[in-house]
Amino acid sequence: MLDLLRYPFMRNALITGSIVAVLAGAIGYFIVARSLTFAAHAIPNIGFAGAAGAVLTGILPVYGFFAFALAAAVGIGLVGKRARERDIVVAVLMTFALGLGFLFLSLYAGYAQRVYGILFGSILGISVGNVVVTGVAAAVAMGLLLAIYRPLLFCTVDPQAAAARGLPVATISALFLSVAALAISLSAQVMGALLVFTLMVGPAATANRLTRRPGRAILTAALLGLAYVWLGIGAAAISGRLPVSFMVSAIAFAVYLPVRIWARPRRRPGSASMSPRGAGAPDAPAEEEGCSAS
Amino acid sequence: MLGLIASDIFWNAAAAGTVAALAASLVGYFVVLRAHAFAGEALTDICFAGSAGSALAGFNPLIGMLAFSLSAALGLGALSSRARGRDVETGMALSMATGLGVLFVSLYAHHSASHATAGMNLLFGSILSVRPAEIRLMLVCAFLALAALGAISRPLLFATLDPVSARARGLPVTLLSISFMLILAVAVAMCVLTIGALLALSLLVAPPAAALRVARRPASAMALSAVLGLIVVWGGLLASFIGPWRHPPIGFSVSTSASMAYFIAYALGKRRRKRGGGEGRHPSRETESEGKAE
Repeated sequence: MLDLLRYPFMRNALITGSIVAVLAGAIGYFIVARSLTFAAHAIPNIGFAGAAGAVLTGILPVYGFFAFALAAAVGIGLVGKRARERDIVVAVLMTFALGLGFLFLSLYAGYAQRVYGILFGSILGISVGNVVVTGVAAAVAMGLLLAIYRPLLFCTVDPQAAAARGLPVATISALFLSVAALAISLSAQVMGALLVFTLMVGPAATANRLTRRPGRAILTAALLGLAYVWLGIGAAAISGRLPVSFMVSAIAFAVYLPVRIWARPRRRPGSASMSPRGAGAPDAPAEEEGCSAS
Repeated sequence: MLGLIASDIFWNAAAAGTVAALAASLVGYFVVLRAHAFAGEALTDICFAGSAGSALAGFNPLIGMLAFSLSAALGLGALSSRARGRDVETGMALSMATGLGVLFVSLYAHHSASHATAGMNLLFGSILSVRPAEIRLMLVCAFLALAALGAISRPLLFATLDPVSARARGLPVTLLSISFMLILAVAVAMCVLTIGALLALSLLVAPPAAALRVARRPASAMALSAVLGLIVVWGGLLASFIGPWRHPPIGFSVSTSASMAYFIAYALGKRRRKRGGGEGRHPSRETESEGKAE
């Protein structure tokens, strides 16, 4: 295991993986709490279309990925207030973008290899330059998140009160999704467009079940994400043929399942209002439109 | 140009596409009403894992997909009858399934020469290589699914629009929700077989969402959805087979025309509402009273 650390690609992969895992933990907490799971799945898929377009035009795929992901994030943030409407718009936009991505792929004569890496992720192709860029971009994303942290938390926990206080709820939502798009674009290098979602949602979902305090949940999610990524990269490197993204998703699922079944989120007596609605409560009543069947 | 239309490939593709479009657009009506878009997306990824697994093991892809998606549908239906965008459970199932799919594809790619095309076909569909035997199997499955949907459609509609009074009337709401998930699993498998895991959602969501924006009554919305689904698939097929331009891939033309249908209906629905047509796109009001008067 330690021998592997001598390879520069392993060091680069581990550093990049650690950076994105911590970032994903912080972003993921809000994604889960704001019930943006579907959006977090759609944004990287849309980003994939951008990356395919970038490959076609000879730009670095990361830039195309980020451009499309950002556009999707702003669009989703501005469009949807009601959950049902938002789901439909997200679904249509995502399949539209994926179709476009498929067209780009078919126009690109070189077809698969590079695109394959974008979809499935790889730990091999990360250079020192990538590590630096990832670090800087992650610092920017973290800084933005800290800058909007308090209003964002307020909007997440109690959107009505936040709106009543005159907070620009829609702008904050779009801003947060833009930061998420940046984080997703960075994480996609290691995890691939298909499974970035796992890193965003897996650790945060588990953390949300373990604690109700936002700060603690973010910390737990970041630590869990770090552990998943290290284990995933380690297992992938040792086995030689298991993809990192599969390992991370398997670990995330294996940890989440028992926690989901046994851990009841602790409700602190005085602070019931601190619980983000619908995020972690298994017995929260189905809210809104009344079209759920529970 | 027209020679292609006379070929068996075209007619096989058209038959498979027609079956998938009908199943998807009718089941999709309930997907949109019940806000199950994210569950549908999760099932497409589960089908991706199933078809990759059966490619690895040498089965008929449809068998693998149905095995995976039906068991996942049971789990999703039982675990949470409120599987919607916010649902972390759906997301975790999706991420585990995608991880498995990625694993299967990368194992499969190890012992097949064409590394990437194998995975790409699973992701973007292989409607041109559908064999007559598969079409017969599709027909049987689609018939069973639609018959089951027809049998439960009235109580399902009631339970969808007004779950509280449906439960009060003694309708088995949870059982209905599980049976619907099973039907959905079959419809999703059809879509994935024809236009691939990444684009299947467009057939499932866009035509019914468009129909719901313009039609007022459930019956007309379902009929319009089926017609739109057929137009989208046939239009996509024709655009890819004839025409003076470089032939775009079928997945692209189908998903693009589906999204266009939704965007147009969105604009139409908006104008109608502005003109004062009242509840232009929500049949829920009328049907709710209908259901209660029953």
